[in-house]
Amino acid sequence: MAAGDRRFILHFDWTLFILVLALASIGLISVISASYNPAHKTIDPLVIRQLIWIAAGTAALLIAVLVDYRALQSYAFPFYILVVGLLIAVMVAGHATGGSRRWINLGFFHLEPSELAKLAVVLVMVRYLREEPPRGGWGLPHLIIPFVLLGIPAALVLKQPDLGTGLVLVLITITLVFVAGLNWRTMAVLAVAGMLAAPLSWHYLKPYQRQRLVSFINPQADPLGSGYHIIQSEIAIGAGGPMGKGFLNGTQARLNFLPEQSTDFIFAVFAEEFGLAGALILLTLYASVIARGAYIARHARDRFGSLLAVGVTAIVFWQVAVNIGMATGMLPVVGITLPLVSYGGSSLIAMMAAMGILISINTRRYLF
Amino acid sequence: MAKFHIPSKASRPVPLLEPRILTLTVMMFAVLGLLSLRLYNLQVLHHKENVELADRNRIRLQRVPAPRGLVFDRNHLPLVDTRPSFDAQIVPEDSDNLSLTIERLARYTGADDIPDKISDADEAGRPPYEPITVAERLGWQQVVALETHQLELPGVSLQITPARHYLYGQLAAHLLGYVGEVTKTDLQSHADYHMGDEIGKFGLERVWESFLRGDAGGQEIEVDAVGRRLRVLKEIADQPGENLVMTIDLNLQQAAEQAMAGKNGAFVALDPRNGDVLAMVSHPAFDPDIFGGGVKASAWKELMTDPAHPLQNRVIQGIYPPGSTFKIVDSIAGLQEGTLKPETEYNCPGGMWFGGREYHCWRKQGHGTIELHDAIVRSCDVYFYNVGIKLGVDRIAKWSNLMGLGIKTGIDLDHENPGTIPSSAWKQKRYHERWYPAETLSVAIGQGYVATTPLQMAQVAAQVANGGIRYKPQFVKYVEGLDGNIAKTYPPVIENRMKIDPDALEDVKDGMADVVNGAGGTAHKAHLDNVVVCGKTGTAQVVGDKGPSSEDETEDKTPEQFKDHAWFIAFAPKDHPTIAAACIIEHGGHGGSASAPVIHDVFQRYFQLNPPPPEPKIAKVLDEDSQ
Repeated sequence: MAAGDRRFILHFDWTLFILVLALASIGLISVISASYNPAHKTIDPLVIRQLIWIAAGTAALLIAVLVDYRALQSYAFPFYILVVGLLIAVMVAGHATGGSRRWINLGFFHLEPSELAKLAVVLVMVRYLREEPPRGGWGLPHLIIPFVLLGIPAALVLKQPDLGTGLVLVLITITLVFVAGLNWRTMAVLAVAGMLAAPLSWHYLKPYQRQRLVSFINPQADPLGSGYHIIQSEIAIGAGGPMGKGFLNGTQARLNFLPEQSTDFIFAVFAEEFGLAGALILLTLYASVIARGAYIARHARDRFGSLLAVGVTAIVFWQVAVNIGMATGMLPVVGITLPLVSYGGSSLIAMMAAMGILISINTRRYLF
Repeated sequence: MAKFHIPSKASRPVPLLEPRILTLTVMMFAVLGLLSLRLYNLQVLHHKENVELADRNRIRLQRVPAPRGLVFDRNHLPLVDTRPSFDAQIVPEDSDNLSLTIERLARYTGADDIPDKISDADEAGRPPYEPITVAERLGWQQVVALETHQLELPGVSLQITPARHYLYGQLAAHLLGYVGEVTKTDLQSHADYHMGDEIGKFGLERVWESFLRGDAGGQEIEVDAVGRRLRVLKEIADQPGENLVMTIDLNLQQAAEQAMAGKNGAFVALDPRNGDVLAMVSHPAFDPDIFGGGVKASAWKELMTDPAHPLQNRVIQGIYPPGSTFKIVDSIAGLQEGTLKPETEYNCPGGMWFGGREYHCWRKQGHGTIELHDAIVRSCDVYFYNVGIKLGVDRIAKWSNLMGLGIKTGIDLDHENPGTIPSSAWKQKRYHERWYPAETLSVAIGQGYVATTPLQMAQVAAQVANGGIRYKPQFVKYVEGLDGNIAKTYPPVIENRMKIDPDALEDVKDGMADVVNGAGGTAHKAHLDNVVVCGKTGTAQVVGDKGPSSEDETEDKTPEQFKDHAWFIAFAPKDHPTIAAACIIEHGGHGGSASAPVIHDVFQRYFQLNPPPPEPKIAKVLDEDSQ
């Protein structure tokens, strides 16, 4: 066992671990910026909490590394059921802010089960897709179970309503069935069906969600309503310029022009103060995490590990794409966190635990 | 390296995935590249424009709550409106000696919690230079003081905001209710409210909140580089709340308030044709204006600890034994069940023996042998003991429930008390004891376990008036949309329709008419010259075992707090009635002397406003009543 421990430390994925810590540090700096109040010149309690969560997240990461990821196969469904239960609890006894119910108050912590839902969906999908596809790849009939597994939490999350998480759950699932070997014919069928269904889904959107879509296409249509967020976010990022205004010198976030400065729009806060240079560093860090995730997926020792690595990487990628796409006005405002950077305990701890799983997959290919 | 060699599907499944993982990675990098291009576009190509926008971009958004809808009486006379009030605001950053400014501001406004309000706002994430409202609804003198001492008060400004105003002060306070600032609990259940918003807390203001509230608007406010407010650039119109037109008649309500002045108790008048509430008074009342803009702790404590419970709406929350007014229910139950006929005779020697105990009639001399009509007119207890014994408690309970007693009327107000109508099953459930027949005697005269609200007793009067239809009492006639058109109406709701023999009912009505107008009646004080008023008095015992209460109007020497509650229920005119009412005066003594005059005054005003068809002048019977 001693030899095993030595090998374990030797093969610990320091690259990924340092990438994660670097992203969390950028997050901490941005939360300081977003919550800084020049009149009081004090550190906001938000920053302290974020620091505590980074510490808790690191612990979660290390615990996840120690767990043999193959054991997760037997925990996939129980964890999934637990998360679905929590999502139902949110609906019944959840804590409402700004028109939606997303949190469960645990006293010391506001748990946001939709952050756990992403990991739960990945685990349960991978658990199902670990079987070899039949000759010719997975077809439409094989998608019934993944569709149900996605449908339950997605419906609960959309009900909150949390359009962003709902969208990410769908995108993660599509990514996983694609990599797991969905045949091209089925993919074409789904693409056509998706295009046809898009206008239908308009019906199910809440008025404010529709308004966001309208203001995405034409932000000036409602410059004080939902278009305001997009315009203000673009101005903040653009005003940052190539090198940025400097730490704590941003004005957009400070003067409350930006909504959700420390969560959904944290990228705008960062890009205003650190400019294109900072933003590109951030994107490079994410690109490195994705590259590392893909590398781990390709070198995993079993199909389950490989797909799990793809799933975790997909969570990171889609959230980055949707969040930054939204902040730069390329996508409608759906409200989603920037992984490892946005303020928030649930998202940070869940994301760091997911990174731990990735490291665990990488470490264990040397151990068996 | 066997990278591109697939030895066996089962043992090395991962290489199978490899092409798609690579495809996926390429796609992901392409998206990140796209994002980088977008950033280059915003931060390099459009950098100058965006810097300019950010510099000029001194626009902050502020929510402006919509003015609440107005409330009118049935004739569209305003009862509640919204008018400008002056609030003092402070920008702490603009004051170089904040504590001195606060001290002066406290002196001029009398607000003693300014430092708390500032720290609360800062904790809630107030950005610098955002003003904080520290004193609301300033009086004229305070406004003048602030204006004249402006130079000593850097950072302090006056702000005009709409405030709820109740035009007639305490008038119908329990019905109209009041508004107040949202609490943290409110915010949890009302997602679309923000801290500092006003919300209906009680009465109509609470129940019709969604109509009255409207949609908030917004202001585009220009601020300077550090966030100081410069000017309002643009306003987004709010959507004011909708108006409510009530069924209340202001004139009648005023008459009722006046008649009840200085008394504790309740009065309610209904239209027996549709259940409209015409007037509703609960005394003592409170001033709804004091709740707006943060009620002062001392005023709140005073209201909460007042032994007379001014916040309680006695019309629906106050439960009292109905006393002899309950004899109307006995009569209808007996007639309906066939155990009682108008000509049924019982002898009253002043009391009767039952179950080894003597039960007194309020008139020690007795009433002799009388029929139903006289028993109602003179309110003979012994007669109704016999009616009750014949019926038994369960049949009394059945007809009481049918007439709406012991159940909620369903009026759209909070905290309605259903009262109590005992039955053998009820007693078994409540006390795990069987019903003793002797207990039926107290029930028959509306004592014992029986408890009703004034609104329920008004419904009893209304059902006698309209031939047995029980309407849900309603006090909002319609919602008036912003365009002035009727947006929503509230048609009458029939809760129950009793099949009742019209001849038998006529006998009860005749009896009630003679209570007011006939010889030996107990409520001559409710007599009107041009309309036949029908009524029934009652006394609700206050202290335990004092024996049956006196309906007699002889001098009562009982000390005030031990005096009985005085009931009177009535309707008019006798034929085709248009108004029914109930009144209770706490510790008023006798229904005939304390409550009947209230109903007299209100009915008199009602028939002045709504003249009845001409009828022969009704002679007032002169007897012992006119002292």
